[in-house]
Amino acid sequence: MSGIVRYGSYVPFNRIQRSAIGGGRGERAAASYDEDSASMAVEASREALRELPESAEVDTVAFASTSAPYTEKLNAATLQAATNLPKSVTALDLGGSTRSGLSALLAGIDMASAGRTVLVAASDVVVGAPSGPRESGGGDAAAAFVLGGNGTEPIARLIGRASCTEEVLDVWQSPGMPFAKQWEERFGASIFTPLLVETFARALADAGVAASDLSRVVLDGTNARVFRGFMRPAGLDPAQLADGMAGTVGRAGAAHAGLTLASALDGASAGDRIAVACVADGVDVAVFEVTEAIDDGRPKHSVASWIGSKRDDLAYTTYLKWRDVLPFEPPRRPDPDRPAAPPMQRAERWKFGFLGSRCNRCGNTNLPPQRVCVVCQASDDSTMEPYADSECRISTYTLDRLAYSLQPPVIGAVVDFDKGGRMLCQLTDVDPDKVAIGDELEMTFRRLYTAGGVHNYFWKARPRR
Amino acid sequence: MASKGICDRVAIVGMGCTKFGEHWNRSASDLLVDAVQEAYGSAGIEPDNVDAYWLGTTGSGISGLTLSEPLKIQYKPVTRLENMCATGSEAIRNAAYAVASGAYDLVMAVGVEKLKDSGFSGLTGSAPPGDGTESGMTAPANFSLLAPAYAEKYGVDLETMRDVLTKIAYKNHYNGARNEKAQFQREVPVEKINSSPKIAGMLGIMDCSGVSDGSAAAVICRAEDAHKYNDNPIFIKALSFVAGPSEGAKRQDYDFTTFPEVVESARDAYVQAGIEDPREQISMAEVHDCFTPTELVLMEDLGFSPRGQAWKDTMDGRFDLDGDQPVNPDGGLKSFGHPIGASGLRMMYEMWLQLRGEAGERQIADPKVGLTHNLGGAPGRCVSFVSVVGL
Repeated sequence: MSGIVRYGSYVPFNRIQRSAIGGGRGERAAASYDEDSASMAVEASREALRELPESAEVDTVAFASTSAPYTEKLNAATLQAATNLPKSVTALDLGGSTRSGLSALLAGIDMASAGRTVLVAASDVVVGAPSGPRESGGGDAAAAFVLGGNGTEPIARLIGRASCTEEVLDVWQSPGMPFAKQWEERFGASIFTPLLVETFARALADAGVAASDLSRVVLDGTNARVFRGFMRPAGLDPAQLADGMAGTVGRAGAAHAGLTLASALDGASAGDRIAVACVADGVDVAVFEVTEAIDDGRPKHSVASWIGSKRDDLAYTTYLKWRDVLPFEPPRRPDPDRPAAPPMQRAERWKFGFLGSRCNRCGNTNLPPQRVCVVCQASDDSTMEPYADSECRISTYTLDRLAYSLQPPVIGAVVDFDKGGRMLCQLTDVDPDKVAIGDELEMTFRRLYTAGGVHNYFWKARPRR
Repeated sequence: MASKGICDRVAIVGMGCTKFGEHWNRSASDLLVDAVQEAYGSAGIEPDNVDAYWLGTTGSGISGLTLSEPLKIQYKPVTRLENMCATGSEAIRNAAYAVASGAYDLVMAVGVEKLKDSGFSGLTGSAPPGDGTESGMTAPANFSLLAPAYAEKYGVDLETMRDVLTKIAYKNHYNGARNEKAQFQREVPVEKINSSPKIAGMLGIMDCSGVSDGSAAAVICRAEDAHKYNDNPIFIKALSFVAGPSEGAKRQDYDFTTFPEVVESARDAYVQAGIEDPREQISMAEVHDCFTPTELVLMEDLGFSPRGQAWKDTMDGRFDLDGDQPVNPDGGLKSFGHPIGASGLRMMYEMWLQLRGEAGERQIADPKVGLTHNLGGAPGRCVSFVSVVGL
């Protein structure tokens, strides 16, 4: 039976205190200036793909987001390239509603039932109008799932599901609107609560389990008021409810149901049943049963570990600058150049896949890949090798206060890889006062800048999280 | 590698150099007219006498038309060339080899840069269309890597290192204060250098060379013809140029305390010139002090100080104007300014003045052999030029 084979999550490093926004408790996660929904999807997907059994060969990639970096140009292609998945994959972008994250997960399981192995990544950078509830209550994060079952034991099987779609004006954003709007929440609750009760019951019936059989229930949606009148009619106890991470992450749009499910899986044991509901433009409910494979299938980073690894003093003006909401004085430096299509194409395996070349003659690694080895000058005699998950450390570094950046100073580091190879590279998610020679780093996929409407993706290094 | 060299076969018989600085009312064309006409006058020649020109500029024009158009050069060969910050020196080298070959009798090497029209801070460059994966680090950031690496390797504490860098800036401003063509003609107090706003790593704004406009030119002929034009020519002993394979940016064994490209170009130049002990035989030098730690490392790469000792020699005053081996007597890039394409020729202009006893207040007593050193790129990935000149 099909289900989740592997999963991964990603919560960015920066948090903004709600008190700094103008009120409210706790904090929300904020994508850095060099992140977007595609780069965060890559980070979550790397988690899900890292220990993937050989029997699970991903042949389909789906990216779900309401904040896709490109409105036209396949964002799932960025995901495919940065995770070194084969070019033979079927790839699709999904969006239009924050329910698309869970819908994509269910669609992925359907494809798995048809024999495919599917990577679904849901990711969102949630930007609300300043001082509004979406800005304060939103969060930025990503979740990824590999869905299969054909020859690979899932860590969680889908045992029941139900859906419902409703044409209703709840949350909307049309082209040209800088921020999404939402109708009065009381109205939304009056529509969605009964739909959720009914759909949830159908899903449980499909699974053949009672509400009391559920060890965890994930409730996610655009409108928290929907859930107030839901628990009792659904026969649920508040103790069954999964933490929605409102005080630590915020609601991460299309990623949120998946992120909360990932968190539930982090703490799950074999035999646990987990229901996930997402309420936006209708309802999706999925019921999973965790299998014995769970203990071998957890990612390197749990959701809790991402949440615990943070810098929590992001200034509100900096946040608004990062999100392109607040205009600011640019440095007296030229704007960065738009990267050009042919060079990017030629360098794809370096720029996206982060593959170096290892000389077949002397064994030295060349970063970026070189035709002529820098050590022994052997020509056209090398093998491409992945470096994204390689151990590396700071050989030396400097704080560059002149370079263009949305978060000066740029920290430029000479990064040496333990298995050989050196590159000059920017550090990110780092406190300039706490950098030291010898610090251990890990590589992270980032959007360096956007020029001429082209997002310039490449890798940076960050202190280990 | 061994360059055969052209020791004593080529002479410089005239030079011109504009004041370097913020020339808001002068275009690159204006600066070229000023420098070239001064050089014509210096050599006592007419434009008709010159057979060919080499023009170095990194970004103030393309093609030989950049020079032929403002000067109205009458249908002669003008080569425009670029080799990063060593561009001006490359103009000299190519022009010198052209007369040495016998293809021409009298040529000019010219350099120009107009940096202050961009409105940007620091240097900017236009790269060819790329894949967007370059590090994007600025020049001061790249060169700032030298200081902590040097301090670490030779056990110099960072406070002392700061004093060494400050001493270099102080010295070069002291020299520039005695030069009416320098961009900055004032001494700068030590406290001001120490507390200047930070640009990159340990480096403050007072550790960086001046961004400026300027032009310089040299008239070059074969040695046997030199006295036709000038009673006091200077002679080229060596010209060496090296482009590195960019090892330091890619190999883990590079430690940012040396420029292998400089070591090699110096070795080659000393062979050409017959220099066996540069610390003793080189009377004075103009070196590429783009940032203060660069000058420190160059003192060792050029063989003026033993490894690990340049910081002591610097603090002891060896490279001061009245020291045993004055370095950057005209103020260097630091104080004279750095209009990129012109800088290599500006360095040679100081050799021209010093060797001919025309350096006025900053005249070095009886110099015999001078060295110019010009660098382009960054530690680990650069080009380097060394010349030796004398009487």
